[in-house]
Amino acid sequence: MNDSTSSVAPDSPLLPDFADELVGYTLTVNGSTRDVEAGWAGESLMYVLRERLGLAGAKNACEQGECGSCSVLVDDDLVCSCLVLAASVTGQQITTVEGLLADPVTGMSDVQAAFVSEGAVQCGFCTPGLIVSVHDLLEQNATPSELEIREAISGNLCRCTGYGRIFEAVNVAIRNRASGGAA
Amino acid sequence: MPVATPRSLEAALSALKAAPESQFLAGGTDFMVEVNAGHRRPGSVIALSRVPELRTITTSIDSSTMRIGAGVTYADFARPPIADAHPALAASARSVGSPQIRNAGTIGGNVGTASPAGDTLPVLAALDATIELMSVDGAVRMVPWREFFVGVKRTSRRPDELITAVHVPLLDSHQDYLKVGTRNAMVISVAGLALVVDFGGRNVRVGLGSVGPVPLRCEEAERWVVDHIDWDARTVPDPRSYETFGALVAEAAKPITDHRSTAEYRRHAVGVMAQRALMRLV
Repeated sequence: MNDSTSSVAPDSPLLPDFADELVGYTLTVNGSTRDVEAGWAGESLMYVLRERLGLAGAKNACEQGECGSCSVLVDDDLVCSCLVLAASVTGQQITTVEGLLADPVTGMSDVQAAFVSEGAVQCGFCTPGLIVSVHDLLEQNATPSELEIREAISGNLCRCTGYGRIFEAVNVAIRNRASGGAA
Repeated sequence: MPVATPRSLEAALSALKAAPESQFLAGGTDFMVEVNAGHRRPGSVIALSRVPELRTITTSIDSSTMRIGAGVTYADFARPPIADAHPALAASARSVGSPQIRNAGTIGGNVGTASPAGDTLPVLAALDATIELMSVDGAVRMVPWREFFVGVKRTSRRPDELITAVHVPLLDSHQDYLKVGTRNAMVISVAGLALVVDFGGRNVRVGLGSVGPVPLRCEEAERWVVDHIDWDARTVPDPRSYETFGALVAEAAKPITDHRSTAEYRRHAVGVMAQRALMRLV
């Protein structure tokens, strides 16, 4: 965790080329108030979560909203955190994969546990984004059809699995919730 | 203050008055891509996502027009009341990006960015939509889409104005939006076509996207096909009409060759889409 500007590499494309753009603001992340000190006004939420707040769950791949690896919830809307201007979501509820309700014993949410049990993880890079998307789907629709599942994760690219085991994991999570398993 | 987060329309306009050079930020799906890549360095930003007045959808008292607030998202478009009233707008919004993108991106952003590939723009053209702008002094200006889009990513919005809504006529119509890209999902349009068959007004409107600097209409094709529809039976009596209609629409396109496709392919694609859309709707 590093919340000073020193975490920005000198050659970073995110480094401002003007000095007066450093701002401080406060975000609400996973229910906690987090101060962002001296951040550049143009920083994305993805960048701030990872580089300034030490929350590495949202992954940085495309930085253009194509891959879904940085998916988070902002006021219960599933969005790509790379396309959210961090300084614009002050006062809104930001939920990352780290903030999903976890089983106290396993430390995992039911969706995470289903991904593990079904082997829905290969390299794992896309997994946090998928977990947030699936979590969002099941909160809105406890009994999604296969088409609805496919559509819900259509913004999360996985280049390893071919998605078969991911669908299995979603179905396991659905069944577990229906039978009163861990939420 | 580099990033303003106004909670009312009045506050948004005050922020613009205080910092006239500000960049408006709607869903961020275009703007942040450029910022992340280092292509844009916003001096000051006015974030519009929490201006409640921009999120409203209302119907005029005479039920002739729907006013859609500029901050209404693509995800909202896929649901009633917009999806029921304007199926082509819903189809175009549903073709944009992923759920994540559709939760963020807005009609005001699509209109304001004015990319030739903006998916809702050919639909707004086909529906003869009007863009509503409000100046920092509170003056409202209604601009027909034809006068609003003036070039590639260029609009007639004045620097002291905010896009507040689009007004879309409510029609007794069949309508659809078709799009060609390199894959089925999450793709930028190589060519897009909106078709509105207005049974109430007995006219046909075709809007084209990605085949010109601004959204295009195909007046000649529209006029021709009106005489080749049996309006009482709601049929196309001569099946050869579909092909002719497609050819006329293809002629109206003004495509260029760029990194996404060739002019020839785009012209061909809009012809095929026109034909297909007419078969679906009539």
